[in-house]
Amino acid sequence: MRIRFTGLKAWWVQRVSAIYMLLFVLFLLYSFGLHPVHAHPQWRGWVAQPGVSATFLIFFAALLAHMWVGLRDVLLDYARPAGLRRLLLVAVAAGLFGMAVWLLVILSRLQA
Amino acid sequence: MTSPSDQRLTDAADDGSGRERPAPAGAAAAIRLRRPIFLDLMRIQIPVGALTSIGHRISGVVLAASVPMAVYLFGLSLRDAAGFAEVAGLFGRLAYKAAAVIVVWALAHHILGGVRHLLTDFDVGSPLRAARRSAWFVNLAGVVVALLAAMVLW
Repeated sequence: MRIRFTGLKAWWVQRVSAIYMLLFVLFLLYSFGLHPVHAHPQWRGWVAQPGVSATFLIFFAALLAHMWVGLRDVLLDYARPAGLRRLLLVAVAAGLFGMAVWLLVILSRLQA
Repeated sequence: MTSPSDQRLTDAADDGSGRERPAPAGAAAAIRLRRPIFLDLMRIQIPVGALTSIGHRISGVVLAASVPMAVYLFGLSLRDAAGFAEVAGLFGRLAYKAAAVIVVWALAHHILGGVRHLLTDFDVGSPLRAARRSAWFVNLAGVVVALLAAMVLW
């Protein structure tokens, strides 16, 4: 399967992910404003709630997709020659994939 | 209305035949003179919207660069009580405080500039005067939020 996120699709990915992340940031500010986090059990317990975990999971998916579109735009504008650009795009894609796996491990450990 | 120099430019332009046309004397010099090739930084005026735009890109790259560290700290803070204390303790250090202020600036500028961008998609705030005003707002508000973060951290 190839996820390309180019053209109009990239435009939509960037906007939908931006709106979700904006709402997520407001949700975080609201939650921390109401209940400041001072200790580990409280923090862990909050993130481990299924609803909150899912909210974080969707946020990370939105973040990584948004990063791909944004960094790809930057590399297409500045990275030259084409060989270097391709190399950097592959490096960014690999890095984002690695972070996706890492975040899944972090979140799944909370459910154990 | 064409000025004499415009006329010379048209004369020197390629007619599409692929053949070099005999250019009138001085045409090349006229073209060279008309292009703003100087990079006198004191004379280049950057419109405020251009600053917001390049700021959006720079803040985006800053945020992307900070994400691996943020993921690491997120994982560490969730791992155990010692990890949580370590993360909390890091923000007592000068380098981490400075980095946090820069990331907060990037986040504020990127979010505000992004909202401005989304509103433009719906044709809100597109007229030049409104666009200039919102650009000033984004640029200044990003700095204000960063200063607030600095006050909280210090």
